[in-house]
Amino acid sequence: MTEMTPARGARVNAIGLAQADYKGLPSTLCQGCGHNSIANQIVQVAYELNVRPHEMLKLSGIGCSSKSPAYFLGQSFGFNTLHGRMPSLATGALIANHAMRAIAVSGDGDTASIGLGQFKHLLRRNVRMVYVVENNGVYGLTKGQFSATADEGQELKYAGTNDFPPIDICMEAILAGCGFVARSFSGDAAQVRELMKAALSHRGTAVLDIISPCVAFNNDDSSTKSYSYGKEHEIPLHGIGFVPKEAEIEVEAYDPGEMRVVEMHDGSLIKLRKLETDYDPTDRLGAMHRLQWAQAQREFITGLVYYDDSRPSLAEASRMVDAPLASLGEGQVRPGREVLAELMSGLM
Amino acid sequence: MGIGIAPAPATPAREGLIINDFAIVVATANGTGSQTANLAILRALFKMGIPVNGKNIFPSNIQGLPTWYHIRLSADGYTGRRHTSEVLVAFNQATLVQDVQTLPAGGICLTNADWRSVPQRDDITTYAIPVNEFIRDSGMKGKLKDYLANMVYVGALAHLLDIPLERLDEALSFLFKGKRRTVDSNMAVVRAAYEWAAANLSRDAGPSAHPYRVAPMDATDGLIMMTGNEAAALGAVFGGVTFAAWYPITPSTSVIDALNGYLEQLRRDPQTGEATYAVVQAEDELAAIGMIVGAGFAGARAMTATSGPGISLMAEYVGLAYFAEVPAVIWDIQRVGPSTGLPTRTSQGDVLFTYYLGHGDTKNVILLPASLAECFEYGYRAFDLADTLQTPVFVLSDLDLGMNNWMSPPFDYPAEPLRRGKVLTAEDVAERGFARYKDIDGDGITYRTLPGNPHPRAAYFGRGTGHNDAAVYSERPEDWESNMLRLARKFDTARGLVPGPVVEDVAGAEVGIIAYGTTEPAIREARDRLAAAGIPTSFLRLRALPINDEVAAFVARHERIYVVELNRDGQLHTILLSELPALATRLVALAHLDGMPLTARWVVEARGPPHPLAQRAGAPSPAGTLSRARGR
Repeated sequence: MTEMTPARGARVNAIGLAQADYKGLPSTLCQGCGHNSIANQIVQVAYELNVRPHEMLKLSGIGCSSKSPAYFLGQSFGFNTLHGRMPSLATGALIANHAMRAIAVSGDGDTASIGLGQFKHLLRRNVRMVYVVENNGVYGLTKGQFSATADEGQELKYAGTNDFPPIDICMEAILAGCGFVARSFSGDAAQVRELMKAALSHRGTAVLDIISPCVAFNNDDSSTKSYSYGKEHEIPLHGIGFVPKEAEIEVEAYDPGEMRVVEMHDGSLIKLRKLETDYDPTDRLGAMHRLQWAQAQREFITGLVYYDDSRPSLAEASRMVDAPLASLGEGQVRPGREVLAELMSGLM
Repeated sequence: MGIGIAPAPATPAREGLIINDFAIVVATANGTGSQTANLAILRALFKMGIPVNGKNIFPSNIQGLPTWYHIRLSADGYTGRRHTSEVLVAFNQATLVQDVQTLPAGGICLTNADWRSVPQRDDITTYAIPVNEFIRDSGMKGKLKDYLANMVYVGALAHLLDIPLERLDEALSFLFKGKRRTVDSNMAVVRAAYEWAAANLSRDAGPSAHPYRVAPMDATDGLIMMTGNEAAALGAVFGGVTFAAWYPITPSTSVIDALNGYLEQLRRDPQTGEATYAVVQAEDELAAIGMIVGAGFAGARAMTATSGPGISLMAEYVGLAYFAEVPAVIWDIQRVGPSTGLPTRTSQGDVLFTYYLGHGDTKNVILLPASLAECFEYGYRAFDLADTLQTPVFVLSDLDLGMNNWMSPPFDYPAEPLRRGKVLTAEDVAERGFARYKDIDGDGITYRTLPGNPHPRAAYFGRGTGHNDAAVYSERPEDWESNMLRLARKFDTARGLVPGPVVEDVAGAEVGIIAYGTTEPAIREARDRLAAAGIPTSFLRLRALPINDEVAAFVARHERIYVVELNRDGQLHTILLSELPALATRLVALAHLDGMPLTARWVVEARGPPHPLAQRAGAPSPAGTLSRARGR
């Protein structure tokens, strides 16, 4: 096997890769777009978690957000699929090779409008992957129409006034049975990183709804998806820290009164430093209540909103052999001559 | 015009007995359990050694609407649909009047003695069977009563036609998988009806005499019987399918039902419970094909099965798979469209749609099975072709082939190992480099890597957007053009890889017939009748698209070619016109439209529409060649 050789003198992670090895092509999105910041955090997280690039799949639909997988993990396989239809392709790819992990990037149009059906069914099946929604409430590539997550009553230069209530991606995710539902803000790089790390350790689908302001078409201060609104109205439910499984022994002591530790399916730990009193991310009804309250207040809460790792992933539920289906040889997948002969005599 | 001769009378005057050469139609209401009774008759005849074919003409309904089961017996081995049936089991009061009207003179009719208003015809023989008495005597209640009524006609037919009870017992034992108690309770009713009929209905003399008999033959020795959908599923299993995704739709659901059964039996370790496959029921057909495209991209052998409405939904992903060059196998068990159409009737109406499915310039590879053996063979070959060509491969079966029971010689084990196509390992990438869409071999088929390949240069970004050889986004005009021309080159390569046509040239034939799929049995019978009437015909049965040079040569060898198919617009005819423009004036569409399987009689009597191209080109009218034979 060819060894990967990092640039001389560069800092490398535990598997010998430099941060540059996790970069992709230069972004073609607008300067200052929140999506670029998220791509950068994915690069950082993959580097810190010692992700082997060939074990990671990058997936997206269509739209500004969906372009971004080209801008990270350049040594990983990827697929830029169809508008709103990435979940189905992801499902098939990750069943064919359940050893792969995946980061999918979608947008609010891709997820909440054209792709709402596939999104919800992906969550029902609990396909193991991180599903990032770069949510800006607007269609950028087609120059500024409302998306289904736009605020009711919001005004845009091109589209006029939005008369319809927003679809809340976190609420939809919880209703569909998703066991890892988080919300963040692209301007909060540290929180995005820690949530991303925890999401990568989740057993099934992990949804990260990241408010990511559109600098070109939806950055008016009145929009809840603008940068300034986000900064001012963000209510963190907790500070979040992620401890990978490998580092388990180094967990610092914590005060149960201020810190809640959630152990994930793979043994990793999520440390939630309480900002709000008594917020419990494992309480499904409480999470829904909190999200509805925030929507009514035009606030947005950030952090791990809901967590439950009790449901098996689709691959686990499918009871497949350990080797990926795609790697099985003829001897494992084509029954022998005598099997056919026996079947034929049974049909005579 | 048409390849016509004067039709033979539907019921020629028959002296003496008519043995193993007639058709039975059983009219019942849907959901009454008549399927078991009908399959028992079919299988008993099959095991008597008599060539048979059963066709279920059923409604899109769970319970109550009329359904007809046609069984054709043919000592000559013809399995096409018969235009008329001489033996009627009229067990559906709602269609009684209409059903009796369809009987030819000399036909026989079994019906329920308790029904009034059975239409009287003095040119047929009617047997009124006291069905309700048998049911009363059985002590059964509720739904089981309807079910048992079916076994009553089985027993009565057994006597009237001479079907041995042992054969029926064996058939029921096969259908109930050897459950003796169930077989016995059914046979008790069959036997009671048989004995009543034997005591009360004389076949050979008096007013209940009739000429229809069955007699043992040895024409089915060593043959199997199953449905095309079951054969397709079995073929997929022997093709190493590892993933299937689907959405329920008539008439394709039984492909996946059978697939699940065979996979559970053959590909799940009985000790560990672990499987070498996964099957996912998707939320719709678009998701189903999205899943198999994802699995194909990742290197699995992935398939879906659907019908026309599902194909409509799949258009998006088929276009992506064509352009991103991802293998996928799509079984389309065709039913009658457009729209919801006739969901339980057969058609060849998806040929044009699937051939060009996808916006922009798209052309797809299509396999066209005509028999159980071809369903099995294409079950595995479709994967080999999809992997070799890195493209979606459609298999266009139809309801008639897919859902009905057919005879076949046992299937041959695949002769060649799985063909996985041009896939590079990490070592290959290290040795020769990798550019996903670079045409190194000049055949338009490029090399691919699979996710998980650890070489740092093995990864690529699959996409439906314009790309260069290295799979990087590109809007350069020359990149777009060269990529699309390469895809066209790949399609030409496919011409030599798909199964070629089956050609039967007949010396002296000026007329040729081109057809595909389930029209074959009726055409074979029609050609025998035409030949007997002095009109020899050659035959080309197309087994795949795109066509190859053999098709052009066949058309060139004949003055007139009739393209016979089950749709309105002559869809294959349209494709042939565009593929063979220089020979277009020889091609005449004969399209059969009513949703029923083709009959030999229709082919013999068919009159194609006047062909505008032929007229414009001043070509001789086809009628000019053939009308003499019709005695005009």
